[in-house]
Amino acid sequence: MTLMGADVDLVFKALAAPERRLLLDRLRADNGQTLTQLCARMEMTRQAVTKHLKVLEAATLVVTRWRGREKLHYLNPVPIHEISERWIDKYERGRLGALADLKTKLEGKKNG
Amino acid sequence: MAESEFVYVTYIRTTPEKLWQALTEPEFTRKFWANTVQECEWTQGATWKIVVPDGRAADTGEVVEIDRPKKLVLTWRNHLFPEMEAEGFSRMTYVLEAKDGVVKLTLTHTMEKKDSKTIKAVSNGWPHLLASLKSLLETGESLAGTDKWPEGI
Repeated sequence: MTLMGADVDLVFKALAAPERRLLLDRLRADNGQTLTQLCARMEMTRQAVTKHLKVLEAATLVVTRWRGREKLHYLNPVPIHEISERWIDKYERGRLGALADLKTKLEGKKNG
Repeated sequence: MAESEFVYVTYIRTTPEKLWQALTEPEFTRKFWANTVQECEWTQGATWKIVVPDGRAADTGEVVEIDRPKKLVLTWRNHLFPEMEAEGFSRMTYVLEAKDGVVKLTLTHTMEKKDSKTIKAVSNGWPHLLASLKSLLETGESLAGTDKWPEGI
C-alpha cells in the first residue's frame, strides 16, 4: 500500500526526533491544542515547536483545523496505522497486543 | 476542552465521486465496513442508519449537510453500547478534496462532552476502516477481515 500525500519517508523522518514524538504524546493526551497550549508545556521555544509541527504536518501525523480564530492541532494516527498494516498481519495483532500488555505490566509504563 | 473530537486525514488515489460511493453505498461498505450497510435517502434532513448483518441499527442519526461529492455532515448516535447510547448524538463530517489524482479525505467526529466514550470508541475503529477503504479503492481489495461483522457484538 502506498502512502499518497503522506510519503512514508516523511512519516519516518518526522518520527525520528524525540521532540516531535513528545508533541504527538501531548496531543494524544489532549487532542486539539493551540500552538500556545502546546508551547506552555514544552521546554522548547515557540519557534522550535512551530518548526517541529511543520514537519509533523508535512507527514500528516498532525492535522489542523480552525475554530474561530484558533488553529487547533490534532494527532492523525492514520499514516502510522498504514505503516503497521504493511508489516503486521491481522492474526499477529492479538499476540502483539498481549506482548505489549505484558511489557506495560512488567515495566510499568507505556512510552519508549 | 468542553468537547471530545478527533480529526483524521487520509489520501486515497481515486476520484471524489468514487470515494463518496464507497463511503455510502452498500456494495462498497459491505466490503470494508464490517459487512454493514447504511440506509439513507442522502438528502438534507433525511434519517440515516448503519445496519449490521443481523438487522440491528448500530448507529442512527440525520443528514445535517450534504454536498455530493464534497461534504457530508451527519449526527451520529450509537445504540449497541448503553454507555455510548446514553451520551446522545455526536457529529461526524467527511470533507473530500481532489488534487492531482488523489483525494484528501478529512474525517472529523465531535461530541459536545469531555472524555466522550463514543469518540474514544470510534477513534479506535476509524484508522483501520480508513486503511481498508483506501486499500479497496486503490487495489480493489479491502483488508482481510474487514468484510465481516465482529463476533459477539
